[in-house]
Formats: sequence, C-alpha cells, structure tokens
Amino acid sequence: MAGSGLGGKYALIGMAESDVGIVPDKSPRELCVQVTLDAIRDAGLTLADVDGLITCNAFAEPIMYHAEAVAEYIGWQPRHCVTVNTGGGTTFMALNMAAAAIEAGMADTIVVAMADSLRSFMTREQAMVVQSSSGHPHYEQPYGPTVPAYYALIARAHMDEFGTTGEQFAEAAVSCRAWASQHPKAQMRDPISVEDVMNSRAIADPLKVLDCSLVSDGGAAVVITRQDRAKDGPHKPVTLLGYGEGHAYEHISQAKNLTTSAALQSGRAAYAEAGLAPADINLLQLYDCFTPALLIQIEDLGFCDKGEGGDWLASGISRPGGSKPLNTHGGMLSYCHPGNPGAMFGLTEAMTQMRGDAGKRQIEGISTALCHAQGGIMSSHATVILGVD
Amino acid sequence: MAKPLPRPTPTEQPFYDACARGELILQHCQHCGHVLFYPRTHCDACQSEQLVWQRASGAGVIASYTVVRRGVSADFEAPYVIALVDLVEGPRMMSQIVDVDFDALAVGLSVTVDFASWSEDITLPVFRLHPALDDDAS
Ligand SMILES: [Zn+2]
Repeated sequence: MAGSGLGGKYALIGMAESDVGIVPDKSPRELCVQVTLDAIRDAGLTLADVDGLITCNAFAEPIMYHAEAVAEYIGWQPRHCVTVNTGGGTTFMALNMAAAAIEAGMADTIVVAMADSLRSFMTREQAMVVQSSSGHPHYEQPYGPTVPAYYALIARAHMDEFGTTGEQFAEAAVSCRAWASQHPKAQMRDPISVEDVMNSRAIADPLKVLDCSLVSDGGAAVVITRQDRAKDGPHKPVTLLGYGEGHAYEHISQAKNLTTSAALQSGRAAYAEAGLAPADINLLQLYDCFTPALLIQIEDLGFCDKGEGGDWLASGISRPGGSKPLNTHGGMLSYCHPGNPGAMFGLTEAMTQMRGDAGKRQIEGISTALCHAQGGIMSSHATVILGVD
Repeated sequence: MAKPLPRPTPTEQPFYDACARGELILQHCQHCGHVLFYPRTHCDACQSEQLVWQRASGAGVIASYTVVRRGVSADFEAPYVIALVDLVEGPRMMSQIVDVDFDALAVGLSVTVDFASWSEDITLPVFRLHPALDDDAS
C-alpha cells in the first residue's frame, strides 16, 4: 500500500480558529477570510510570504469560485488558488493536495482554509435538507432518509454482526464530552453519561440526538510549507509523516460492506508511509459525525480488532487519563461541527497538543497524532499522521 | 420544500415504467452475468454496455434498517422505516418497509416488493415483511 510519497517533507507552521458554536456576526466567507489571515500571522508570515490558497465551498453561502472569492476579498493574487470539495474528508485531502502542489512547484507556502455557518446562516430544515442531499436523488432521497438514518443503517448492521450495543455507541459521545468539558471554547461542555445519551431524543433508531454531531458555525485554517523552510517560525513545526486515501462508493446503498469502511485502506497507506503502527500513535483525532462512524474508524484504523470497537470505547481508554486520547477538543459531537470544515478542528487541536499549548487537557510526551476524516456516508476517507520533535 | 422525486433519464425510464405496472425489473449484464441496481448505461462489474432488463422476483432480505423518528422535512411524516434490502438476484437497494410493526423488524428477515404511488408520475418499489418465506427456509 503506497502512501502519497510526500511523507516527512512538509510541515504545518501556522493555524487559526474563529469563534465556534453560534457565531451570527460573520458570514462563512468572512470567517474564511479571518482564519486565513490569522493563520498566516500565527506562522510569523505576511500575505506576501504565502503564494497558495485552498478552500472548501460553504453550504450556507455557496460561491462558484470559492477560493478565488476569498483571495479577491483581501486583494490577494496567489500563484495557486483552488477550491476542493470532498465533503467531510476535504480537510486532509486538501492538506495532501497542498503538499503535492508545493512538491510540483506550484507554490511554496499554502493556506488551507475552511468555514461554514450551518447554525446561524441556515434554517434547521435547510441544514437538514442540504446535508441529506448527499443521498442518491433517484434511489435514496425519495424515500426520505436523513443523514442520521444513513448512519443508523451502519449502526444496525454493526449491532447485528458483532453484538455491539446502543450503550457502546453512547460511550463515544460520553468520551468526547468529557474532553470538551476541559476546553473553554467547546460548544457543549456539560459532562454526560451513557444514560443521558440513551435517554435523549430518538432520531433514527438506534441513534439518539446525543449520538449525532452538533450543528455549528466556525472556521479554521492551517499554513503548510516545506520542512526545510519551517524551522524559523514562532512555533514548533508539525510534520506530515504519512497520508492515505480510501474510496469505496458514494451512496450507502451501494456499499458492499456496511461495517468495514475504506478507512482500512487510507489508514494502511498512511501508516506505511509514516513507518508507524497504531500502537505508536499518541493522539487520535477521528471523524465523529455520528457515534457509529467513530467506532468503525477505531476498528478500521487498527486500534482494536474488528467488532471490538464497542468494548474499546467502554473501557475508557479514549477519555481524559486514558492511554489513547481521542478527540481531545471534544470532536464534532461536542466542540463544533460547521459541516465540511468539521475535521479542521481535529487538525488544529492536534497541532495545539503537539505545540504543548493545550492547557488543562495537554497530553504529556506527545510525538505522534493520527487525524482522519471522511466524506459522504463512510464513503471517501483520508488519514494523515503527524509528528513533532 | 417539496418531496424529492426522481426525474428519470431515458436509461432509467424502463425501471419506472415497470414500477407503474407493478413489476420490479433489473438490468442483467450480457457480458459477465452481473445483475445491476441502480439502472446504468455501463455494468458496474465489467463496464459492458450490453445490459438487458429482466423481471425480478421481488423477494429479498433486510440487510439493515432504521426507524426514522425525525423526518427529513415536513413532507415526510415520521416515524417511517428506511431499509437496505438485498434482492435475491444480488443487488442491494434502499427502500421503505411499509405497514410494519417496528418491533417485528430484524436484519435478515424476508421481504417482498410492493409498489406505492409517490406522485402523479412516479411509482416506487417499497417492501413488506414476508414471514412465510422465513418459515419455508427454516
Ligand atoms: Zn458486466
């Protein structure tokens, strides 16, 4: 399984987040502009030092040429400027495309910036309909499936095949909330129990409202450059050690296997390129759009055997004090989930931890992190492994 | 917001025409024998264009299901059942399971196709539990 061939050559030198949660005073484009400039400043650079921009379109404010519009807004004419849209997986695919663009000589230093405002710039029904529009327009959507329903189909299949329980899915939400309670910016900070999840409102059986990620506003950006240029910045550079992708299908009704995802392929490629194994990973930042998605990624990325994700989560290993800290900002279940930018906050949290700036929730002795995101309904997967000296 | 409805392409039209007369039809690849769903111009096993419609039995089993408690929009009155059905001919399709006691649902149960009018122009396949098929198998 070959990786991207870019491992070890590129580093993240800047990052920024906007306010997250409910942010009604700025549009998605304005948030994207803000985090772009803040991330450049965080890297100790000015706009003149940066020559590439990669963004993702926003559901709440779609723009035909999104990256160009963001650059135009601040009077910037970058050498490389492109919009990537691979749904929830965009964060890490865009990061790899940035590294590849630098490798190809298209730019030297690139900002990857994403923002959306599903909470304040859309009605609840609009947000639901736009997200469920990932379903096949002829062979899925007419039946009225919701996004939680798609993941409920996956959850039910996992329960049937491996005996996983609703309580075990709930453990994922409990773990993320335990971390979020230690993060001053998290949208949801009150600790919850498995009982709280199980007693929360039924959405699509077996999933309850607390099994589902938040609906939020927010944006984040990172700056990437060649490893040899990364040394002079104000922060410890975070190196991209390995990257992998896996693409299985688009629509859930076309999945050959409901309980094993293409995270298996993306993870294997990333581990191979980094020369690391799951046991070597100090921090996991996974894609928790719904609790069963998180559980299946834990299995497919090799942190436990297939079918044992429920036991793994219930053991408490992922919570504060556990040996495999997971989504230490609280994830999309508790920190924030503005749609496609959701995984950006897993990346900025990994960088924060690797810089040693995570305050109360700081993990000691961290040298590696694995970040994962997926687009569609467990459809397209991207894994990145990060390292810090 | 209106209920999403298929707007069949010429390739897909035979499928919807069959639904309207109460038949489930599937494309069979003349090159490799693969049975397709959803309708396509090219086989998704061998990419051949030699595809021929044949009537399906309408029987399948539940691969997974969920009771949707909160509908996608006001046009869908919850609760309703979304399921993935594995047809005996091979393909998997999404559908609704109708007129069902939610507590009776389980992965692996047999279902058979029925047809429901979705709009003036569109009839869609839906499924019902078919316990007799499970009794025969046991
Ligand atoms: Zn074929």
